Amino acid sequence: MNQRVFPPRVIPVLNCPDNLIRENPMRFTKDHEWVEVDGDVATVGITAYAAEQLGDVVFVETPDVGKTIKAGDGFAVVESVKAASDVYAPISGQVVEANAALGDAPETVNAAPEAAGWFAKVKLANPAEVEALMDRPAYEAYLQTL
Amino acid sequence: MATEPTDAPLKTTPLHAAHLALGARMVPFAGYEMPVQYTEGVLKEHLWTREHAGLFDVSHMGQARLRGVAPLSAFEEVVPGDFINLKPGKQKYSVLLNRTGGIIDDLMAARPVTPQGTGDDGLFVVVNGACKEGDFKVIADELGSQVTIERLETRALIAIQGPEAAGVFQHYVPEAAAMVFMDVRLLTGFGVDLIVSRSGYTGEDGYEISVPGPAAHDVWNTLLSDPRVKAIGLGARDSLRLEAGLPLYGHDLDETTSPVEADLTFAINKNRREQRDFPGASRIAKELAEGPPRVRVALRVLEGAPAREGAEIADAAGAIIGVVTSGGYSPVLKGAIALGFVTPGHSDVGAPLKVIVRGKPQACEVVKAPFVPHRYVRKATG
Repeated sequence: MNQRVFPPRVIPVLNCPDNLIRENPMRFTKDHEWVEVDGDVATVGITAYAAEQLGDVVFVETPDVGKTIKAGDGFAVVESVKAASDVYAPISGQVVEANAALGDAPETVNAAPEAAGWFAKVKLANPAEVEALMDRPAYEAYLQTL
Repeated sequence: MATEPTDAPLKTTPLHAAHLALGARMVPFAGYEMPVQYTEGVLKEHLWTREHAGLFDVSHMGQARLRGVAPLSAFEEVVPGDFINLKPGKQKYSVLLNRTGGIIDDLMAARPVTPQGTGDDGLFVVVNGACKEGDFKVIADELGSQVTIERLETRALIAIQGPEAAGVFQHYVPEAAAMVFMDVRLLTGFGVDLIVSRSGYTGEDGYEISVPGPAAHDVWNTLLSDPRVKAIGLGARDSLRLEAGLPLYGHDLDETTSPVEADLTFAINKNRREQRDFPGASRIAKELAEGPPRVRVALRVLEGAPAREGAEIADAAGAIIGVVTSGGYSPVLKGAIALGFVTPGHSDVGAPLKVIVRGKPQACEVVKAPFVPHRYVRKATG
């Protein structure tokens, strides 16, 4: 390496309590779902890796609003041209919103899997479940093992 | 993606390295490691084939020569088609039957000849890869005293399909321009001997080309060098054949299914129906006379999720009257389509039915197959 290595710049984080820094980033499951928590509501989707593996998504079956879901259970189905795949709930809780836009535009799951391609918002029953999931570095390390 | 568990190491085709070089996603299929898709994915590969030309490695399929004193009449002992009257240079679709009239496999059998009409040498048979060992055992068991079976295991099989396929292939093999749908010729091209049929399993015009294995890479890469051509995986091959309304062995056809049930009565020729001299003829004659207990239909799913293999079919009142045997998403129609079997009385075009997907009834209706019109070339232009 010819590049000169500068000492890292230290940016002080002001007025930003530790727990916010910890809580905002996405968390991930080994089944390639992601969770992003805002207050007591978690937005849930599938990762870019999962979307790439599935290929062109042509249909998404999102859960009904009001449905109670349990971590580990199938809570949505995503269909490519060739096959249907279950999406497992990364956390437990009650569905408060489903992404209606996926009905007309399932391809959003491929275009923006970790943003506009979210599946559902879930009121968390047990916030501790989120803590048990992988953070991004851990998930990326996990992907390297596949 | 359904994959088959297997203990045996997977076989590879002569084009294996070419698939890897193209970034294919490889899966186990019919005992081979095969490309299910390349980097663009099933949807784009499917649409490219419908608009331009798709190149497929189907070398897992079983190719063989049947030779003997009277190979055509011998072959009729295991199939219901009229092969005695098959003309030199023509190919015919047929089904290998068991003794109860169930389908052991579906196949193509042909009499390849040179453009001059020479080289007629028994039957050239192409069967499904997953069934080939069993098929050739049945043929050997039934016809072993009448024909010799030469398996062409070192040859590759390449299909080029789509509206621009003929233009591409004829550039390299001009004699192929004189061929029409279901013609088969012994041609020289790319410096080697080829067995070329103008057919395929996508509903498009195109050719299937049997190539000596060592030349397969050169033929593949030469055809692929044309900007109209892209490599297409088995995923799109399946969605293309489904749109074309063509049944897939192991899904829409199996050993319990008769050709009458499978809506393949065109493969049971009139003279054979009268002679009743093929396996399972009594069942098949009865089904032809009285109607089969179930019949294959094409379904357009009008709402909800794609109905996949195994989804039950219900009538308007909710009674289960059938099952989906292959189903998926049609990239051309942008909706769900399926093939399935229903009891008599529910197979008329327009019949309103339901498919049950994950417990939910969804509206569907019987439509006329194919879902997307075939574009076979039945009149020579070149």
